[in-house]
Amino acid sequence: MADIVTSGLRKIYPAPKQRRGLPGSGGPLGTIAPGARSASAQPGRDIVALNGLDLQVSDGEFFGLLGPNGAGKTTTIGILTTRVRPSGGEARVGGIDVMLDPVRVKQRIGVVPQRPNPDRSLTVRENMLFHAAYFGIPANVAQRRSSELLDMLGIGDRGEAKVNHLSGGQQQRLMIARALVHEPEILFLDEPTVGLDPQARLALWEILRSLHAEGRTIVMTTHYMDEADKLCERIGIVDQGKLLVCDTPNALKARAPGGTMIELTLDGPTAGLEPGTLRLPGVIKAESRGIELVVYAERAGEMIPGLIRLAEEAGRTVRDIRLTEPSLETLFVSLTGRKLD
Amino acid sequence: MTAKTVTSAQVFRALLKREVRVAMRELPFFLLRTTLQPLMFVTVFGFLLPKMGFVQRGYGAALLPGILAISLAFASVQAVALPMVADFGWTFEIEDRLLAPVPIRVVAFAKIVSGVVQGVIAALFVLPIARLIMGPIDGLTGSHLAAVVSVVILGAMTFSTFGMVLGTAIQPQQIGLMFGFIVAPMIFFGCAYYPWAGLSAVPVMKYAVLINPLVYVSEGMRAVLTPALPHMPLVAVLIALVVLTFLFMAIGFRTFERRAVS
Repeated sequence: MADIVTSGLRKIYPAPKQRRGLPGSGGPLGTIAPGARSASAQPGRDIVALNGLDLQVSDGEFFGLLGPNGAGKTTTIGILTTRVRPSGGEARVGGIDVMLDPVRVKQRIGVVPQRPNPDRSLTVRENMLFHAAYFGIPANVAQRRSSELLDMLGIGDRGEAKVNHLSGGQQQRLMIARALVHEPEILFLDEPTVGLDPQARLALWEILRSLHAEGRTIVMTTHYMDEADKLCERIGIVDQGKLLVCDTPNALKARAPGGTMIELTLDGPTAGLEPGTLRLPGVIKAESRGIELVVYAERAGEMIPGLIRLAEEAGRTVRDIRLTEPSLETLFVSLTGRKLD
Repeated sequence: MTAKTVTSAQVFRALLKREVRVAMRELPFFLLRTTLQPLMFVTVFGFLLPKMGFVQRGYGAALLPGILAISLAFASVQAVALPMVADFGWTFEIEDRLLAPVPIRVVAFAKIVSGVVQGVIAALFVLPIARLIMGPIDGLTGSHLAAVVSVVILGAMTFSTFGMVLGTAIQPQQIGLMFGFIVAPMIFFGCAYYPWAGLSAVPVMKYAVLINPLVYVSEGMRAVLTPALPHMPLVAVLIALVVLTFLFMAIGFRTFERRAVS
């Protein structure tokens, strides 16, 4: 069952005017990414943030939106979380039209914005408790959950601190804790690991995995390839307001040019094996490097028996085989002709 | 993980509680910011000048309701407009409230109600101090309590909703500037320091100031606190305040929503 559906989603920000500032210049979700703004926000020209985006995310899926800054990821999340009004097309969350019934959509979602925006007039714990109260959660339940979540995110000892006394990473973790306190069915995270140190990043990955294991639908934007690859069940690659491709990480990588890299280590020189290797079906490229034979092929698994046979026919024994999958990075470059960041 | 339903009234209470919590924490600074100026005015025009003999003693009776009107009105405006700088500023702090499962107007309305409460607190704070500074005031009466409450609540509503318009129609960075350009002229031409009837001396002025909402709060305060002095009819004042409240609320909700949903 599809939990989130967008069809032909469009968002055009009016041309920035000199005197009124940039459109939505206040909000992390209400705006296009800062990079895009500087790149395309010229006076007198409308900014097309989304140009007919079609997306489907299934119930309980961990979905990643991958793309460079200004691709339209944040605008997409903004629309799905009722914070940005689409210029055209349709968006449904949990079967509910986000424009027609935003209140019911808000009831079901949790949002972690791109930049931490805790309520700075409140303490850390108050941020949690008031947010829970906005969702009608009884005070005693809110207290318990807040403590559990703050502990889980490693800021349990900062409950009484003012938000401004937290580091950037701690504020980001507060954002995640706050987005979870009302136990949303669907969690949206916009570049959640930007600004986190590697350790905190891994800790967040673990948390997201366990939330997903609980059956929650998670939609995350990122411009980190490895993050999307490791966490997401499916990835949609967006660029210039359109969805370019959408598939599982492995399927996407299989579409990357160059195929999988197979490195065979033999018990002696591999020189002279290349012509035979290249005759095997599916091999794109073969290279001899001392006792190693490096082969690029479309279907790695099927290649291996043939490669072993070839080595044995040449009187060699295979000592080691390593497979390196093609990366999303290479796919993105081939789709857009540009690097991700 | 099933979607729990929460009523708008419940969410409104939580939003209001948040506003009150924040306001209470800031209360001393808030009172200092909003009442220092009116109280200094009282000291000069209600105490020093009469003592020096430059101003007639009876001036106090015309001044006190006006001072209360200023305190009430500008505490309400500031309580609503100033937090918008952070709410709609760079980090968009208001987002967690906008994500509450209620129509966005409920969030705006909680801010307006909080502004009303803070305006009333400021006026209640100023009243005894001003009375103390100025000494006995001829014809001051608190006997029309229902009328006093009506003027106070409607006056605070008018300026609270006006604060919503100011805070959302203007870029956050420019809100401070707007106080100099809009609020200061409103104070001086708001019939706070002189009764409206007195402007008969300058007829153009008398009708020009009618666009200033503060005029109705000042005159309303006179009508209910010092009714023996010349003042606008109370009914006219109440009608004007109701109309202005609805007007500012209609505009304020729209500009608030436009800022909240891009």
